[in-house]
Amino acid sequence: MPYLWLLTLFLIPFVIVFKIALSDAALAIPPYMPTMKDGLSAMFSQLDFENFVFLTEDDLYWKAYLSSLKIAFISTVLTLLLGYPIAYAMARAPHEWRATLMMLIILPFWTSFLIRVYAWVGILSTEGLLNRFLFWIGAISEPLMILNTSTAVYIGIVYTYIPFMILPIYAALERLDASLIEAAEDLGCSRVKAFWLIIIPLSKGGIIAGCFLVFIPALGEFVIPSLLGGSGTLMIGKVLFEEFFSNRDWPVASAVAVILLIILIIPIILFQRNEQRQQEVEG
Amino acid sequence: MVETVFEPWADPNADPLISFKNVTKRFGDFVAIDDLTLDIFEREFFALLGPSGCGKTTMMRMLAGFENPTSGSMSLSGHDIAGIPPNKRAVNMMFQSYALFPHLSVWENIAFGLRRDGVAKDVLHARVEEMLKLTRLEKFGRRKPHQISGGQRQRVALARSLAKAPKLLLLDEPLGALDKKLRQETQFELMDIQEQTGTTFVIVTHDQEEAMTVASRVAVMDEGRIIQAATPEKIYEAPNSVYVADFIGDVNILTGPVKAVGTDTYSLDFGGTEPMTAASDRTFAEGVTAHLAIRPEKIGIHAERPEGPNSVQGKVLDIAYLGNLSTYHVQLPNGQIIKAQTANTRRVSRRAFTWEDPVWVSWSATAGVLLDR
Amino acid sequence: MNRLSSFNVVSLTFGFAFLYLPILILVIYSFNKSKLVTVWAGFSTKWYGELLSNEAFLDAAWVTLKVAVISSSLATVLGTMAAYTLVRGGRFFGRTLFSGMIYAPLVMPEVITGLSLLLLFIGIGMDRGVMTIVLAHTTFSMCFVSVVVSSRLATFDRSLEEAALDLGASPFEAFRLITLPIIAPAVVSGWLLAFTLSLDDLVIASFATGPSATTLPMKIWSSVRLGVSPEINALSSILIGLVASGVIIASLVSKRNSVRLRLEERTAERL
Repeated sequence: MPYLWLLTLFLIPFVIVFKIALSDAALAIPPYMPTMKDGLSAMFSQLDFENFVFLTEDDLYWKAYLSSLKIAFISTVLTLLLGYPIAYAMARAPHEWRATLMMLIILPFWTSFLIRVYAWVGILSTEGLLNRFLFWIGAISEPLMILNTSTAVYIGIVYTYIPFMILPIYAALERLDASLIEAAEDLGCSRVKAFWLIIIPLSKGGIIAGCFLVFIPALGEFVIPSLLGGSGTLMIGKVLFEEFFSNRDWPVASAVAVILLIILIIPIILFQRNEQRQQEVEG
Repeated sequence: MVETVFEPWADPNADPLISFKNVTKRFGDFVAIDDLTLDIFEREFFALLGPSGCGKTTMMRMLAGFENPTSGSMSLSGHDIAGIPPNKRAVNMMFQSYALFPHLSVWENIAFGLRRDGVAKDVLHARVEEMLKLTRLEKFGRRKPHQISGGQRQRVALARSLAKAPKLLLLDEPLGALDKKLRQETQFELMDIQEQTGTTFVIVTHDQEEAMTVASRVAVMDEGRIIQAATPEKIYEAPNSVYVADFIGDVNILTGPVKAVGTDTYSLDFGGTEPMTAASDRTFAEGVTAHLAIRPEKIGIHAERPEGPNSVQGKVLDIAYLGNLSTYHVQLPNGQIIKAQTANTRRVSRRAFTWEDPVWVSWSATAGVLLDR
Repeated sequence: MNRLSSFNVVSLTFGFAFLYLPILILVIYSFNKSKLVTVWAGFSTKWYGELLSNEAFLDAAWVTLKVAVISSSLATVLGTMAAYTLVRGGRFFGRTLFSGMIYAPLVMPEVITGLSLLLLFIGIGMDRGVMTIVLAHTTFSMCFVSVVVSSRLATFDRSLEEAALDLGASPFEAFRLITLPIIAPAVVSGWLLAFTLSLDDLVIASFATGPSATTLPMKIWSSVRLGVSPEINALSSILIGLVASGVIIASLVSKRNSVRLRLEERTAERL
């Protein structure tokens, strides 16, 4: 039964998006033609790639795709750099603490995502708390323009998605034997080297999972670039949303979605493969 | 006083409760059960014995209904049961892990099967109480499985599986998780309960001591086949193959070509200084290789050469002291080691033999069994 | 190893500070008399008052709650069924497609799922409103529920089900009386997950809704587009407070239960 449900509400909509991407824009409501009312055959008769061509012609779109890829990639790296030490510290913590630490990491996740991103608006604005704090300790004399730039978007993505990075890495690290580093040191390795040569490769599965869990949704992010980014920050999710609601150009929006999906297929498949490999290792 | 011996398998008129006829079970390419035919009779305490992978658990699961034979037929009380789902068979199973429902109390666990049958409330109540009494768990009815000890959980599993008074009870390695002392007590309890209730028990185990203690008949299995199915005495004293002889207890095997030297008597040249004689009701062709299986306790150990046939000289290589018995490992000139076991009728310090002593081991012509495989 | 190196301690403190500071700041400023974040004008609860008397907000909150409860309950039922099929189904026709459809929404950007759902609704001529939001939320929540439940089902001891069958229960009875009660905690956490996701969703709701229905996140969104709004601060603090107390109570309860369980087991062994 869920099969049926998913089939209708998931697969078929995709087919529709694809179809609409191929059709023409119109001023009527719904703003595309031909519609289903004209009959199925009519629907499929006027398909063309006009919209896709339009996408390649207008600079905005492919720039947005590239920019999204760049931002998503950098954010993922940043999240990894920040998240790994935290996950590691959690995995090394005494057992009684672990449950509480877990809870503390998960708690923000249950809080509204929108609200948490919104909180940064107040902090990063020119009269916001960060600037005032830096001003107060004399670190700067001019307020930093952070809000409405890409930097704010990076901060926002890292902030929102860091639990998704921490949890898989923590899970992978927790399974490791604590005496591995000691064994390496016993054999003559320096502590840092032991970490690099042993722990990191063994937690690879968790790292990969975490990166995908951040990269894939970040690519299509909408809320964070809208609230924290400026007009200069191009992200495809934002473009899609605006294309849809502001410009009311549904066919183009659909085309945008289709391309985004195609870009995402490879990471999604890689992610699934990694998960399967992880399960084999465990099971 | 005449004692009636319980031996339905020897009675040509008796109808078996369970009948396997040429049953084969395949999992893909792997043959778990290979053309197996067996009859089990009512009120038997039947043991399926063998190493892991021999197919005994598969046989049990087929009886319970969790697997179906690939070919061949199985019948219960004369009715073909292939295809009947487990919840519709008059067969109940006691699981190795006990499989007690953790969220239900002991009382509810036992009552579960009866409830599924829609048994009337007062009948159900009486029956559960009866089961609690049978397994000495009257005080624990309200508790949950995690609130009782391992031995008690085992009794709950037993009570639960007997509650519906099934025709056949299957026990999957039921005593594996218990420590030795508890295991021995429980073995006798199981036998008592089986006799009291008159249920047919089929037990699966890899512990041959257990099988020999509780069972009325034992089936020794290997690689999906039954090698021998007989009473414990027959299995021990008259195994039909080296496999069975070796599987149960300790045994010495002497191998070599045989020659008939009289009626039902053969001489076997096992590479010792002289061949030895053995009586056998099997016929062997001249020169064919046979194996003589002798139990250590049937071998006598002496300082001087004793009278009678079958004496070999050797040196005491090792002594295994087991408190009540000692097993002497005697090495023969041809390198073979013979185990001779005697009760320690004298205290250790006064032991007749010790390491490196030259000794003679001997046995009578009827002490062993001559086997062809 | 029971003592944390100083590096680890620093990582942890910094990490948690990073996570929680913005939230704390939000809460503090919800009590700020002044509208601006920059100036602290004194302690006041007036924004809470304004918030609670704002009809539009209360309506949106009510709609959001309704949608969340209905969609998460539906999603839990469907997700559990899906999990059961995935874990126990073995190989059946179209299995790869099915499992692909279950796992895809987890990683797919919301804009895509939102857009495609909307186009479907238009395509079949469905009136958009509360109903469509419920449908949309159920669809993607179901996938999350199924992940949670299937991971529990995978470790479930099947001999318990076999024992139930052996004692005379039909397969459905075995599921209802034995499996379900035992996996209940996973099912409940699935429900909670679906509930939170629904409560918090902005993008999909925006796509799937009609003129009559506005959810709380949508309302928040329209307010904050223009900048910091003190009523939103107040609202945020309320939500955060609710969530925090919920999580803390839940973890205290589960801790107490596990302690009690361990105590019972230990006394049982001594008997």
